[in-house]
Amino acid sequence: MTELLSAALVGQIINMLASVLLLLSFAMLAQRRILSLIDLFAAQGFVLMLSTAFVGWATGQVHLYVSAAITLGLKVLFLPWVLHRLIRRLNVKWDVETLINIPTTLLVGIVLVILAFNVAQPVSQLAGTVTRGTLGIALAAVLLAFLMMITRSKAVPQVIGFLAMENSLFFAATAATYGMPMVVELGIALDVLVGIIILAVFFFQIRERFDSLDIRHLEKLKE
Amino acid sequence: MSWEIVTVLGMPLVGGGVLALVGHRRRAAEVNIALSVATFVAAGALVASVIRDGPIIALWDQFFVDSLNVFLVALTAFVSMTTAMFSRPYMRIEKDHGRLTAGRLRLYHSMYQLFVFTMLAVLLANNLGIVWVATEAATLTTVLLVSLYRTPASLEAAWKYFILCGVGIAQALFGTILLYMAAQRILGTGFEALLWTHLAGVRSELEPTVMAIAFVFLLVGYGTKVGLVPLHNWLPDAHAEGPTPVSAVLSGLLLNVALYALVRCKVLADGALGAPYASRLMMGFGLVSVVVAAFFLSRQRDVKRLFAYSSIEHMGLITFAFGMGGPIASFAGLLHMTVHSLTKSAIFFAVGHAAQKTGTQLIENIRGLINVSPTVGWGLMLGTVAILGVPPFGVFASEFLILTTAMREQPWATPFLLAALGVAFAAVFGKVQPMVFGESTASRLPHPPALVPVFAHVALVLTLGIYIPPHLAHWYREAARLIG
Repeated sequence: MTELLSAALVGQIINMLASVLLLLSFAMLAQRRILSLIDLFAAQGFVLMLSTAFVGWATGQVHLYVSAAITLGLKVLFLPWVLHRLIRRLNVKWDVETLINIPTTLLVGIVLVILAFNVAQPVSQLAGTVTRGTLGIALAAVLLAFLMMITRSKAVPQVIGFLAMENSLFFAATAATYGMPMVVELGIALDVLVGIIILAVFFFQIRERFDSLDIRHLEKLKE
Repeated sequence: MSWEIVTVLGMPLVGGGVLALVGHRRRAAEVNIALSVATFVAAGALVASVIRDGPIIALWDQFFVDSLNVFLVALTAFVSMTTAMFSRPYMRIEKDHGRLTAGRLRLYHSMYQLFVFTMLAVLLANNLGIVWVATEAATLTTVLLVSLYRTPASLEAAWKYFILCGVGIAQALFGTILLYMAAQRILGTGFEALLWTHLAGVRSELEPTVMAIAFVFLLVGYGTKVGLVPLHNWLPDAHAEGPTPVSAVLSGLLLNVALYALVRCKVLADGALGAPYASRLMMGFGLVSVVVAAFFLSRQRDVKRLFAYSSIEHMGLITFAFGMGGPIASFAGLLHMTVHSLTKSAIFFAVGHAAQKTGTQLIENIRGLINVSPTVGWGLMLGTVAILGVPPFGVFASEFLILTTAMREQPWATPFLLAALGVAFAAVFGKVQPMVFGESTASRLPHPPALVPVFAHVALVLTLGIYIPPHLAHWYREAARLIG
């Protein structure tokens, strides 16, 4: 790689992809329409795929190509397709309702990013990877996805938040360690796949029972 | 190649596939039992071979058995076997009451076996990445079991379970990534850097800053599945709304399995950071869980929720014991894991039949079990007395060891523990006593209840309280030495 690009440029490109990822996380946090949310999720997966493949190319880690291919197949193509189909089959309303208004959520998100950078700083200095500067961004994206999950009142956005969190974790793995070992990555991909199938079944059950996917119906159990 | 490990893991995996095809047939429950018995026999062979030849590493180093996990494998295989025996009449009665269809029974049987598989995989995995994958898979296999009745409450419980455990376990993945990062500096890239056997060898060289942050994430992640307060919200709902056999294995096995994963991580963190860091965190979480759960007990109106909170309390106590560390506390923690698992599943068996007899899970509507069905009544009473730590049951022995060690090493915690145990005793006994004695509201069941598992478990717990066989004691000591 050094023949083609200087190490500094590699670092720049990785940082740029990381910032796009963070930007997309914020965009998801601010998005009101459910279909756009799915598209943003797919875009996030695409950036993740690009950065994984680029890191793989820059460092000569061949298994990262496999990881990038899994990301492309599962998170850019398959999951958005399944979610789109689900939305159509379930006839979900277009708008995403939030429990806290969106500007407040974004402000909380900024605080989370600062927090994440502070937590990640001592750790990222110890990582031996060219991508280590992005660990803070990865953690920030994890926390933003988490924030999205807890501020949305509908089931589908919550699940997208969950999947975005999975994306961010993969990004963290690339940033800190050049990806998890192959066997683990395959296992995680399998879990995500099975999880989404179970969720699809589950959505139909919830809908059949409540005529809606608003999880505020699911707040009867206390203590 | 170790055939015992392959059989222990393969039997429930194949079983899940087979039952996915035939799980709705009349004899599916018997097939379920047969598979569980086969798994237990294989686990027995595994125990024998570990006792004979020492630890085994198998399947390209990805799976291993040592004295710590072998006893949990045996316990898991045993309780899943007795639960399969209990579920045969129980689910038949549920079907007769019209709460389940044949299709859902198929889902239940298949998922039950797969759930057992994932738990055994967590216990046997050497690769901490696989531990994570299998823990997540354990959540996935049980989500549809919790919502098996498709009532609004059960759907809500399953949703909560999925989201909370999913988020929690994602934190554990981040912790695992950080752990892998710390290990890579010593063991190089590749899966060796996630193998517990390799990591344990170099644990004192792992980077302390990274390990400190990694352990917090691992504690929060696996702690969610253990049901530690304040991450416990999913637990009472999932226990109360799922079918009783699922409550029994969730409470008796899954919590243990998650705690096991946490303990493995603690061993590594201790090596990197020195003792107090991980210990203090675990003692803190454990103590808060014991106290909070004890005070929630008295407010419960649903009998399964009551015992779910009791599980949180006991898991907190075990976490506290492992946090204290040292040979006696770890011994007590392992013993408590065993007796809690046996007792709590026995209680859920009895509670399940009691709820079927009275048609409700509300404590105030279950009255005088002993008049209509002495066996269910006595089963519930004995189980309750055992779980509350009355001598001579095994729970007393382990709680006594934990408390005396706490008095010596962590005297500040003792008043909290004693107060919590006292409050728990008053709350649970006061609620269960009128359920068992007095005027009856129970009726007869279409099929005879399965009570052999209840009394078998209670008898084992009683035995462990009076006499721990030297083999087993040696085994606990070995495992406690590993935990440190």
